[in-house]
This record gives sequence, C-alpha cells and structure tokens, in this order.
Amino acid sequence: MRPRGPVWLAAPAVLVLLLVLAYPLAIVVWRSFTDPAVGFDNYVWFFQSAVNRTVLQRTFVVAAWVTLVSLICAYPYAYAMTIVGKNVRLVLILCVLVPFWLSGVVRTLAWVILLQDSGVINSILRGLGLSPVKLIRTLPGVIIGMTQVLLPFMILPIYSVMRGIDTRLLQAARSLGAKPWRAFLQIYVPLSLPGVYAGVIIVFILSLGFYITPALLGGPRSTMLSSLVQNQVLSLLNWGRGGAMGVVLLVATFVLLAIAAPLMRQKHSSTRREA
Amino acid sequence: MHAPQRSAGAAIEIRKASKHYGIFTALKDIDLHIRPGEFMTLLGPSGSGKTTTLNLIAGFTDISSGTLDIGGKSVTGLPSHKRNIGVVFQHYALFPHMTVGKNVAYPLALRGIKGEDREKRAKRALDMVKMADFAHRYPNELSGGQQQRVALARALVFDPPLLLMDEPLGALDKKLREWLQLEIKRIHRELGTTFVYVTHDQEEALVLSDRIAVFNGGRIEQIGTGRELYDHPATLFVGRFIGESTVLRGAAELSGNDTVMTIGDQKVLAHGRLAGDARPVILLRPERVALKRPGADAVSGENRLSGTIVEAIYLGSASKYEVKLKDGTVAVVRSPLGATDFAIGDVADVAFTPADLILLPDDASADVTLT
Repeated sequence: MRPRGPVWLAAPAVLVLLLVLAYPLAIVVWRSFTDPAVGFDNYVWFFQSAVNRTVLQRTFVVAAWVTLVSLICAYPYAYAMTIVGKNVRLVLILCVLVPFWLSGVVRTLAWVILLQDSGVINSILRGLGLSPVKLIRTLPGVIIGMTQVLLPFMILPIYSVMRGIDTRLLQAARSLGAKPWRAFLQIYVPLSLPGVYAGVIIVFILSLGFYITPALLGGPRSTMLSSLVQNQVLSLLNWGRGGAMGVVLLVATFVLLAIAAPLMRQKHSSTRREA
Repeated sequence: MHAPQRSAGAAIEIRKASKHYGIFTALKDIDLHIRPGEFMTLLGPSGSGKTTTLNLIAGFTDISSGTLDIGGKSVTGLPSHKRNIGVVFQHYALFPHMTVGKNVAYPLALRGIKGEDREKRAKRALDMVKMADFAHRYPNELSGGQQQRVALARALVFDPPLLLMDEPLGALDKKLREWLQLEIKRIHRELGTTFVYVTHDQEEALVLSDRIAVFNGGRIEQIGTGRELYDHPATLFVGRFIGESTVLRGAAELSGNDTVMTIGDQKVLAHGRLAGDARPVILLRPERVALKRPGADAVSGENRLSGTIVEAIYLGSASKYEVKLKDGTVAVVRSPLGATDFAIGDVADVAFTPADLILLPDDASADVTLT
C-alpha cells in the first residue's frame, strides 16, 4: 500500500484543468453536434467532402513522417549527449534548447528564407551546379520545418531515459561475449525504448495539430487539418464544422494511441516494480 | 550432476604490468601469477589497484606496459568479448528488461547455442545457485542476494575457464554475505574454474581464498595464503590490514643479533634484526599476547609492558581487552575463556615472548592508508 496524502490537495489542479481544458473541449464537442442544428450534420458534411478526407489522411501521414524523421535525427543526437564530456554536452543541450526558446513563428520564417526557390538551400545547389529543388509550399518542405520545430520534444525524453541507463550493463554484456554493436542493440536500445515511446507520442500528437509551420511553409497541396479548422472557425465563423473536425482528429488520435499502448506496455513490463 | 561441467581453470601470468590514467599511476610494475583452478583474492583498500588489475584481466582496460597472459596466451589488445571470462560485478549488472532465465541464457545465445540445449544449460546454472524457481521473474523483483546469485549463474553458464568477481557481496548485509561466501566457495570447489576475487574485506579474503594478493598504492605488497600473511606479514601494511594488531614504536638499538626497543621506560626484546637501516616496529597479534597481574606468572624471557585496562569486551568465546600502555599506545589483547578476568581501570601487564611478536620495518603510509 502506497502512502497517500489527502486527496483534496489535488483540488486546485483539478479545478484549473476542468476550467481550461475540459470546459473548452466540452463546448467544442457540444457545438459540433448542435451548431447550426442538432444532429450529425457536421460529421456527415466532413466525411462527404473528398477534400476533408484527403486532408485528414495527409495530416496523419505528415505527422508520421515528422515523427519518423525526428526519431532518426534525435536518437543519435541524444546518445551523443550521454557520451560526450561536460562542456560538449552543454553545447549540445543549448543547441536543442535555444531554438526551443525561440518562437515557432520566427523559426518557421527562417525556414521560409532557407527553403524558398531563391533561398539559401537552392542557392547552394545552384552554386554546386545542381538543379534547384522545389521545397517551399511542398510536403517535404513542411516536414523539414515541422521536424526542426518539434525535434526538442523527441530529443529531451529520449535523452532523459538514456541518461539513466547504466552503461556498465554494456560492459557486462561484452564480458559475456557480446560484440559492441550487439550489446548496443540488445541491451541499450531496449532500455532506451521508454524515452523513444514518450518522444514518438509527443511529437506525433503535436504534429497532428500543428498550424503555423504547415500554414507558412505549405501550399494548397500540403494543407493540414488545423488550417481547415482555422478556415471554418475564423473565416467562415462555422464553429460547428470546425468543432467536428477537432473531434474527428481527437478520436482518431485516441484510436491510434489505443492500438499503440498495449505494444508499448508489453515492452515496459520489465521496468515494472512489484512491491 | 547439477553444476555445469568441470572446466580446466586458466592460469594467469602478469609480468611488470603498469597502468596509467593520464598522470595518475593506478598500477606500478605488478607481478602476479595465478595457478589454474586457484581461488585468488586481490585485497586492498579502495584505490589500491585491485580493481584496475581485475579490469585488465577482464579486458575492460588495456595495460600501459608489461605483459598479461591468460591460459598461456597473451591477451594484450584482445577485447573483452573475445576473452571468454565470466565477470560478476558489485552492482549485479543484470539486464532489467530480461527475465532471470533470459539473462542466464544470454551468453549461450551469443555463442549460438539454441533451443533445448540452451534451456537445459541455463537451468543447470540456475540450479547451481538455487535460483531455478525464479527463472520467470524480472531482476527488479529480486533481492540483492538473489540478483547476485543470478549474476553468478550468468557468468558461469558458458563454462568459462576463469571467473572474475569485483566485490560481489559488497552491497549485501553481513548474514547474507557470510552465507554467499560459503556458496561461492562450494561452487569453486565443484567447478575447478580459476576464481579471481576483489575485496577490501580481509575477513572475506581469509574465508574464501587459496591465496591472497595484498594491494597498496598500486603495488602488490605480498602474495600468500591467509596464514602466511597473518603469521608472517612482509610489511607493516599487510600486518595491519590482515587481522587485528597492535603496533609498538620506540627507540630501537641492536644487541648482537637481537633488537631491543624501548617503549615508555620498559624494554622489549625481539629476536633478529632488520636488513638495512629501516626503523623497526613491533607488531602484536591480540591472541598471541597474554594479560597478567603486575609481576605475577612470570615466564623466563618474556617481555612485559605495564598498562591500564581501558576497555573490556565479553565476546562469548573469548574476552577482548584494550590496554593503554605507559607510552600511550593502546594494545589489543584477546584472552581465551578461563583466563583471569580484568575490569576497566585495572592495572595489568601485557606479556609476550620474542617468538610471539613480529618485527617489521616502519612504514608511515600504512597508517595513512588504513584510516
């Protein structure tokens, strides 16, 4: 039996959560079923529109790409952070955090400069005698920009788990006959998975609702669901439809998490502690 | 047949080995020969080089100079995963994401042993440490002692000719430690594997070892059986590190082939003399000296130092006294049951013959390292 403090101490936190999270969410859900008329009209409209379906699908595909690319970049980076000396680690952490402290808008605008047709990347390509690539207002451009903005959310959880891994376990594995790469794959990687799962979930969910970066870097062919929501709510003042989109995204996210959770939990069972 | 097969233990030959970390010298020119199947303990205080020596043998670090042969072959430059040596760590180092069974089967899997053969050998190793019932548990569901037994099974499951243990019982409580010491001794006897055991606990070293190498400041001070080290320490450090002792210091002069030392206003005769011009000290073992009423029970030729009892401890099988001598030294005396009883404050003589004392060259570093 775990010692417990009085439950009422959690009351202020619960109140704040209810006020700023549950209440707005309830309004969105309520409106999606009642505005302008009571019923499923908003949902019927959403799924009847081919554009909406395409955008919904694209949103998940982009989120998956961003998650994958972030993971590929973040894993070695976080690992490097655990093996370098104190000073280099500080530099590496600052490289993650300083952009993190900058507003996403500023970073996205920087990406506009880098990615545009006459931008830095294409100038370099031309300078090397290569043909320029269309990046701005394309899906790859959006994925690059989003990955950069979201990378800290992948690096930090992975790093915090890796930091806690006892590297003497690798030494033990080698003494038992494991080649270094095998010890890494069979001992280190499985132990780092909790951080990977956390990073993947955070980045994936943040990607699904990302607005600024896809809006600034993307074009009509890379619109994401958040842009459609913004369009419905702010331009067309159609709160019901916007709400329905939000609910669809929320439900789809829950479904995905429900599928992923058991997979992750199984791998975690080792770290469960039985009293 | 419960245990893994008896394996021929490997010999270890270390010659003139040194290890430097930057400007810090962890080992200075050590020579160590370990016989096949021997239980050798590397004993010493922290930072004395014993763990460095173990790491050199395991292949976790490379020697800076000198040679290291295992089983008659030089292993310089051979990475640890190719050395086929079992290692048990103080921190257990069990893989937390694998069950006990998987942990023990891991070295077999690395060697391409599959299926039933692997299961059988893993089970046999777990049987040997009496942990077979725990095969499906995860390490964090086990106590420290249980984890270390699993680690021992994992280090032995692939029948290595050599097992290294780095303070394996250091994190366990006394009762458990004593029980596991006997288990380790039994397993060593059954397997015939060479065991190299690192500890700073001299009692543990005496219980377990065929021979003990005493490390101090990156050097080996003495190698020998427990009895040799206890009865004939080569240095003051060894004498003080192994067992209890009293060190007497005083002005010494030679009298023929004997040494006479003045302690307070009393003289102590020691047979023999030190080579060179080292300052002699006298080492007394608590059970080799007797406590007597002043002037009583004189034996011809014995040395007597008078003092006052400052501590009297009843130990059941014996009594232990601390006697403050006239020069301020506190002598430790262990009296068997049935000897005269003394109380705190009593005046008593500490009596010992020249054969009961050990004459050694003084070494100030022995005091510094031990405290």
